[in-house]
Amino acid sequence: MNNHRHKGIRGSLWKASLLPYLLFILIPLFALLAGIRPADLARTLQQPQVWQAVRLSLLTSALSVLVTLLIGTPVSYYLSHRQYRAFRLMDTLVDLPTVLPPAVAGVALLLAFGRRGLLGDWLNLLGISLPFTTAAVVMAQTFVAAPLFIKSAAIGFSAIDCELKKSAALDGANRWQTFRYIVIPMSWPSMLTGAMLTWARALGEFGATIIFAGNYPGRTQTMPSAIYVGFELDLTVAVTLSVILVTLSFIALVTVKWFVYHYIEPASIETFD
Amino acid sequence: MKKAFLFVSVFVLLLSSACTPGAAPERSPVTLNILAAASLTEAFQEMAPAFEAAHAGVTLQFNFAGSQQLAQQLANGAPADVFASANKKQMDVAVEAGRVAADAPASFVQNRLVIVLPPNNPAGITALADLTEPGLKIVLAAKEVPVGQYALDFLAKADADASLGSGYSTRVLANVVSYEENVKAVLTKVSLGEADAGIVYTSDAASATGEILQIEIPDGLNVIAQYPIAVVQDSANSDLARAFVDWVQSSEGQKVLEKYGFLPVK
Repeated sequence: MNNHRHKGIRGSLWKASLLPYLLFILIPLFALLAGIRPADLARTLQQPQVWQAVRLSLLTSALSVLVTLLIGTPVSYYLSHRQYRAFRLMDTLVDLPTVLPPAVAGVALLLAFGRRGLLGDWLNLLGISLPFTTAAVVMAQTFVAAPLFIKSAAIGFSAIDCELKKSAALDGANRWQTFRYIVIPMSWPSMLTGAMLTWARALGEFGATIIFAGNYPGRTQTMPSAIYVGFELDLTVAVTLSVILVTLSFIALVTVKWFVYHYIEPASIETFD
Repeated sequence: MKKAFLFVSVFVLLLSSACTPGAAPERSPVTLNILAAASLTEAFQEMAPAFEAAHAGVTLQFNFAGSQQLAQQLANGAPADVFASANKKQMDVAVEAGRVAADAPASFVQNRLVIVLPPNNPAGITALADLTEPGLKIVLAAKEVPVGQYALDFLAKADADASLGSGYSTRVLANVVSYEENVKAVLTKVSLGEADAGIVYTSDAASATGEILQIEIPDGLNVIAQYPIAVVQDSANSDLARAFVDWVQSSEGQKVLEKYGFLPVK
């Protein structure tokens, strides 16, 4: 009995040690939600600039996911085969954008694809000018957010039994067919999880965007840029957009977790107590 | 839950006791927090060593950003000793928030607007009228930033000038590709050659590191920016803060400001 009680105290101390961090995260989130009245929310959403920012963010983040799926999936598939010699180099390279400060990514993109950038002259010849365009927003978001998909999908790809692919090859399937009929059907939860993470990160991208793409309502002003620039003038706008972003990110993460628990590691669910 | 609370309070107590300084020794080093408009960056940084040399133990800690950001930081309780704004409006924000006494701000310097162009002027702009050329890439500061508002004021004045053609401001604004968050960002986009033209302060153009080109805006159309400076009301070192404000207004301080393209207050 005494022993049990002792355990109880230690148990609650153990749980109490979680509080500082949880409160640290929850209080600001609560402050955001408490900082806005529903009437304000409705009124702010009707402002064209707010609506434009929401629309542009949804469009560009969706395009970034699409681009990531197209150009990231091959890299991801390659990374799932650890035996390649260039694996480590490639793995590090893919991780790099996630640890770079986004502002560095913005400067790098500008120096590479800007009008006076490394590829500027060639792009000019083709009549392409990237900075200050919606395409630049998508590039900035993809640069920063694609690694999340690539890493997640690679884990899914590498979980597929090699024998399966071999037997498919024995049955005469070419690489593309193996990928299409074996790999994708078996690893789509990881791909979807990665895509959602990339989407959420793209939605929140700010540093690289404002440097490479600038800030123009309806063209390059995403929700985070509008929050940053609008903060000084109208706090309500900033808070409204923040609440929308938090909600969307929350939905994205809940979806991701749901897939992780139900499809990717259903066997490894453990309760924490 | 009670125990949890106890644990957290002990934790917080431990933390706070660790942070409480002991008895402060006399003449302990002082850090003055100066919030200053981004356009003042070079001038204030040049003044700092002389001021610090004249006031032993004092270190100036600058926070340069768009005045609107600094005003907002002040309003939200950022610790500060001096606020130097690029316009009256943002100083008023600090006054309304109770951080600066209503009679404290004093104009200490003036600035004008100028058009800046990238080094080899790819768009071939030679006069104000050229800014209406369709297809140009013009970069301005956002209207929330003082220089952005001043630029809009200049365009509004220019509309009344018949020599620039009708609808001047509309045609110039149609060429704007980005509204940047502070004046230095405008200058950077122009000096990198990513934009064909931008509107900044003469002081920024004077302190630009690259070889940017400039087009003067005539007096009749130009906008004079008045910079107010004030000691923050709740400054823990208001005497030293006052000393810095006086330094900026002294002939020595004014000389540095003029060197960086600012105009003295008349």
